[in-house]
Amino acid sequence: MRLKSTLENYLFVLPAVLIFVIFYVIPFIWVFQLGLYDWDGILPTKVFVGLENFKEIFFEDKIWWQSMWNVGYITLIALTFQNLLAFLLAWACDREMRLKNFYRLVFFIPPVLSEVVVGLVWQWILDGNYGLLNNWLAHLGFLNLARNWLSDPKTALTTVAIVHSWKGFGWGFLIFLAGLQTIPRELYEAARVDGANAWQCFKKITIPLMIPVIVLVAILTVLGTMQAFVLIIAMTGGGPAYHTQVPVLRILASMRGSSRFGYACAQGISFGLILVIISFIQYRFSRRYRQV
Amino acid sequence: MLKSEIISKLNVICISLFFILISGCAPGEKTGKPAITVWHWMTDREQAFQELAKQYEAQAGIRVDFELYAPSDAYSQKVRAAAQGENLPDIFGILGEKRDFASFIKAGHILDLTPYMDELGGEWRNRFFSKALSVNEFSIGNSYTVKPGIYGAPIDIMTIQMLYNKDLFKELGLNPGRPPVTFQEFLDIGKKIKAANMQGLVSGWGEIWMIDCFANNYAFNIMGQDKVLATIRGKVPYTDPGWIQTLRLFKEMQDSGVLASGLVTMINKTAEQLFANGRAVFAFNGSWCVNVYKGMNPNLNYAAILPPQASDKYPMAIWGGAGSSFMVNARSQNKEEAVKFLRWITDRNQQAYLAQATNNLPANKDSLSKIPTVLTQFADDMEHATHPSIWGVSEYPAVIEAFDKGIQSIIIGEKTPEQVAAEVQRIKERELAKRR
Repeated sequence: MRLKSTLENYLFVLPAVLIFVIFYVIPFIWVFQLGLYDWDGILPTKVFVGLENFKEIFFEDKIWWQSMWNVGYITLIALTFQNLLAFLLAWACDREMRLKNFYRLVFFIPPVLSEVVVGLVWQWILDGNYGLLNNWLAHLGFLNLARNWLSDPKTALTTVAIVHSWKGFGWGFLIFLAGLQTIPRELYEAARVDGANAWQCFKKITIPLMIPVIVLVAILTVLGTMQAFVLIIAMTGGGPAYHTQVPVLRILASMRGSSRFGYACAQGISFGLILVIISFIQYRFSRRYRQV
Repeated sequence: MLKSEIISKLNVICISLFFILISGCAPGEKTGKPAITVWHWMTDREQAFQELAKQYEAQAGIRVDFELYAPSDAYSQKVRAAAQGENLPDIFGILGEKRDFASFIKAGHILDLTPYMDELGGEWRNRFFSKALSVNEFSIGNSYTVKPGIYGAPIDIMTIQMLYNKDLFKELGLNPGRPPVTFQEFLDIGKKIKAANMQGLVSGWGEIWMIDCFANNYAFNIMGQDKVLATIRGKVPYTDPGWIQTLRLFKEMQDSGVLASGLVTMINKTAEQLFANGRAVFAFNGSWCVNVYKGMNPNLNYAAILPPQASDKYPMAIWGGAGSSFMVNARSQNKEEAVKFLRWITDRNQQAYLAQATNNLPANKDSLSKIPTVLTQFADDMEHATHPSIWGVSEYPAVIEAFDKGIQSIIIGEKTPEQVAAEVQRIKERELAKRR
């Protein structure tokens, strides 16, 4: 009876496990295996090169590390600017105010838009010659601030990071809002009875109780932003020069531009490993914070 | 007990659903009527292809299914994935470099069309412009170690040249009948463009192959073909004065104001829109642009010219030859029918129809009669055309990327021509060392 029950349980999860193995585990192993070869993706023969591809990635490929730096910068902007904005807006929408539901809807629109559409629209807004932003700056008397936002190496990466944050803040907003709504109102009432002001309530009640949610959003932000790609392709294509190159674009360039499938697979594995390490560090950090 | 029964029933339902899902992945059954499948990426030609497919079915009784996969990046990816799975269609095209074409051939995906081209005294071969066919040909002793032969049939030809807006020329006080012939004249016009706060040259230089094309044109003009090919073979360094002079041209263009702002991140579609809407004085684009501009702005008053020469020592070269070509899947069960269809679509009448319907230059020499004037300007300069696919050697992709991204760095003022040349040479030496 017990064996039958156990077998039934395994049978129940078997389809999901099979799908996971077929579409995740086997491709992962296969990609790792391909990373050990020099292969153009077309010929049936592959040349085994061992760890040469990985060695090239870690010790010779300067552009790879520039792309890691660029995506690290975009992630930093997302962790600070994007999540701060999401938290503040969620906190504002958690209060009793007019049109609360309307704001909740509007703030969730950017994440559900297609990244390609967002990229192309922002490219048009930020165009140095005919873009809306420069037009508005000129009308407001700030013509000296107008520039080619996406072609100027000084502004391209930050501009892309800000647009990425605009696109992504809605997810954080939703999670923060859900987290804020789980905080018992009685805590605030009790604090007010004890004479606490708004800032003290925020500092002593809201923030400590939101730490698990903040950590979760931070983990998701890092993992999501590190894989930024579609927005970059739509806005700058990775240019000017390598100023907005990101790792996923490098993998694509190796695969298609250079016809180095094996190297692209090695890049993918390396990038995945880096993401796992970052997630592990974040997880350990979050556990320590929860204990505190 | 009841819970156990419910779980058992749920298990049966889940497993059944799983197998239904799996069975949906099985290939479909083939219908009785013979059919050829053609994959392509040419959005502007889809309607014309569908019309030709109807005509062919009426004539030959063979259904032709044209399947469009755009943009070209997505198409390339689809073809590569299909090649790996050995389920390429009967006819397809290859986008990419000659080395990719060679890989497809060596992997057994592409039929050697040479015997068919040689039939009836070479009747099929002799239809085409020689430069169009040579893009699809591998010569004896080619560096790709491909068996010599013709492996594709061109369906159009193209050249990539400079274009200028005649109306904007008048606004600048220039003679629209006298476009720049020398590079210095081009730079001088740049100063006028800058003073008038207009946009100069637009092109898809955010897509690095277009920079590569432009740079190669001037490399040929400054150093000659032999030296350029010797560089690719590793016999001449990129730090040679000829290459630095070529790279310096981009700095001169940027300083003169002849380059449009934002050029280094511009995609070709944006460049086409800007030029078609009369917002740029010059464009650097291929002959396919005639159809594109006609769709965007039929009243655009423009003409095509050779890029202004930087040197009198060697002739100016432009990239040209076969625009798009189709290949036959060597593993197709409908090989013979596919070859017959290719022969039909490259025949005079069908090529003339395609030329008129899509404003692209026909690959068939006998189909040039009814094309727009500006298209003949592209065709007239065919004698200057060259193409990496016919050079017999290919530069390493890492070197090409460093070269083209280096040019972007020169334009944005980050690096000097000398720095870029040194960086490119360093990468070249690294690639050569890997292969020794």
